[in-house]
Amino acid sequence: MTTHSENKHSENKHSKDTVASNEGASNEGTHANQQGSQINTQGNSEVIAQTPELLRTPLQEFWHYFSANKGAVVGLITISIICFVAIFADWIAPHSFSAQNREALLVPPAWLEGGNWAYILGTDDVGRDILSRLIYGARLSLSVGLVAVSASLAIGIFLGLLAGYNKGTVDIVIMRMVDIMLAMPSLLLAIAIVAILGPSIINAALAISIVSLPHYVRLTRAATLAEMSKDYVTSSKVIGAGPLRLMFICVLPNCLAPLIVQATLGFSTAILDMAALGFLGLGAQPPTPEWGSMLASALQFIQRAWWVVTFPGLMILITVLAFNIMGDGLRDALDPKLKQ
Amino acid sequence: MFQFIIKRLSLVIPTFIGITLLTFTLIHLIPGDPIEVMAGERGVSAERHAELSAQLGLDQPLYIQYFRYLNDVLHGDLGTSLITKTPVVSEFLTLFPATIELAFCATLFAIFIGLPAGIIAAIRRGTLFDHSVMTVSLTGYSMPIFWWALLLMLVFSVNLGWTPVSGRIDVVYWIDDVTGFMLIDTLLSGEKGAFSSAIAHLILPSIVLGTIPMAVIARMTRSSMLEILNEDYIRTARSKGIAPWRVIMVHALRNALIPIITVIGLQIGILLSGAILTETVFAWPGIGKWLIESIGRRDYPVVQGGILIVATIIIVVNLLVDIAYGIVNPRIRHSR
Repeated sequence: MTTHSENKHSENKHSKDTVASNEGASNEGTHANQQGSQINTQGNSEVIAQTPELLRTPLQEFWHYFSANKGAVVGLITISIICFVAIFADWIAPHSFSAQNREALLVPPAWLEGGNWAYILGTDDVGRDILSRLIYGARLSLSVGLVAVSASLAIGIFLGLLAGYNKGTVDIVIMRMVDIMLAMPSLLLAIAIVAILGPSIINAALAISIVSLPHYVRLTRAATLAEMSKDYVTSSKVIGAGPLRLMFICVLPNCLAPLIVQATLGFSTAILDMAALGFLGLGAQPPTPEWGSMLASALQFIQRAWWVVTFPGLMILITVLAFNIMGDGLRDALDPKLKQ
Repeated sequence: MFQFIIKRLSLVIPTFIGITLLTFTLIHLIPGDPIEVMAGERGVSAERHAELSAQLGLDQPLYIQYFRYLNDVLHGDLGTSLITKTPVVSEFLTLFPATIELAFCATLFAIFIGLPAGIIAAIRRGTLFDHSVMTVSLTGYSMPIFWWALLLMLVFSVNLGWTPVSGRIDVVYWIDDVTGFMLIDTLLSGEKGAFSSAIAHLILPSIVLGTIPMAVIARMTRSSMLEILNEDYIRTARSKGIAPWRVIMVHALRNALIPIITVIGLQIGILLSGAILTETVFAWPGIGKWLIESIGRRDYPVVQGGILIVATIIIVVNLLVDIAYGIVNPRIRHSR
């Protein structure tokens, strides 16, 4: 138990580049979950009273807590809309993302003087429809986020389980590497990686998944350490479960709650870092409709056409905000202990 | 206490070695031959190539190259810029004050807004003010700061014309570089209007760079204050009849500050990586812009050295924060 609490402490102090207490706090999700709503905190007495009849499956219980948080539901709806738009971009976008119209350069948004309903959010300096580029940009940002998060989640879970299951050298080596990576701000590390590999979307996604790895490793290791001391793990061991079965079938499912939360928050970091790299010219290269690189190429028109600068950034903000709010809501729903 | 410091230090050394390994590997991952990269398009003859690689130690095995590199680094030699031919360290030293100045003002902004906002939100929990603070804080935390910079520039510089668009000072002033800090140098120069010009140039970049730390500080202050306000001793203080503001400012805040100070210390990473974006937008001549430009110019020694220095600064600051935390809070010191 000492190792666990020590670890939780360092967890808290090391998560420099996320909101400080996210990870440490969500570690406790696993214990709390098993006891379900019984451990509920102050102020929700009526909810507890209804618990026995209303909340049957874990999923219903989860939805009950999640939907109580209105912000989180708004976040979920926003993300669903963005996902829908991204998937069906080919049908929704009014124009192609690369079609240039020489007749309509820097057309303002439709509701302004000189605007044109064919280009609802206006056009950029070479006459491309901004709305269509934003829609295709959503597809790009979400898929980069998905790739980066799943890659770092998979590798992070593997390394974390390995470190938590094997105390000793393996643990020390893995955690040292994680500490080194955490010592650098994620954007700086990503820039360093892209600077060497060369600027492109794929390298940026790779860099983002590498820099977000440490959080998943730490979380999985902390949760694994906590689970390993539980009776059910000991009994599976006694029955003769091998290490792989113990790691992936017994322990892993019980570590998932904090990982789900971190993965959601990881999406927002991935999208933000991707846009930052794109803006610095180290991510997607023009004419790819990536939100960050759209901003970078709009820089010189800031005085003449505010709309080319405003909308891509607004999309980044809305998407990142939606993922952050939903992540907070998920944490509260998956971890009744933390509810205020 | 001494033991605690030794323990913390012993964690820092492997981290530093790890970072040197990382920067060393980075340079070796660059596709192509380093000498050809240095020579550029002109190319080099075979003899000159052999001579150069002997001179630079590139004909040695990798581990020897690494120990040479480590030796150079520990002696403060981070190589020479391929473009300007000046040592990386001296380039860094001339640009660093600009970044410190910006980061310092950004931190001031973050503390002056974030701390009171968090305190008031905690006291007035559940009110409209509380909700607004939390919303602003969440938005600030999700903000793509390069876009935030552009927006502020669009409104305050382009439309309203209140602040200058970019740079550190108006071109009409010629300020001698005494300390490297524009605010101090302009005061020393005694030139009329120079100081206010420097301030005006600092406002927007500081707000932009301070936005994320402000959001984090406000959030942390609120949750830390909420926790403390529930403590028994606060109720005791109140029931003794101590003035409400005194209970909050003296009794509660003092204890709530411990985690807040740590969080402020840990913002250094956010500040330095945020500086890369902020400096690029505002053409602020600091190390962030320097790093990005060097990447663009393929000036690898600068990229390598710059990343190493920035990472080292972050580790050292985090170490100091940790030690300060141990001094302020004995529970941390004795828990391990």
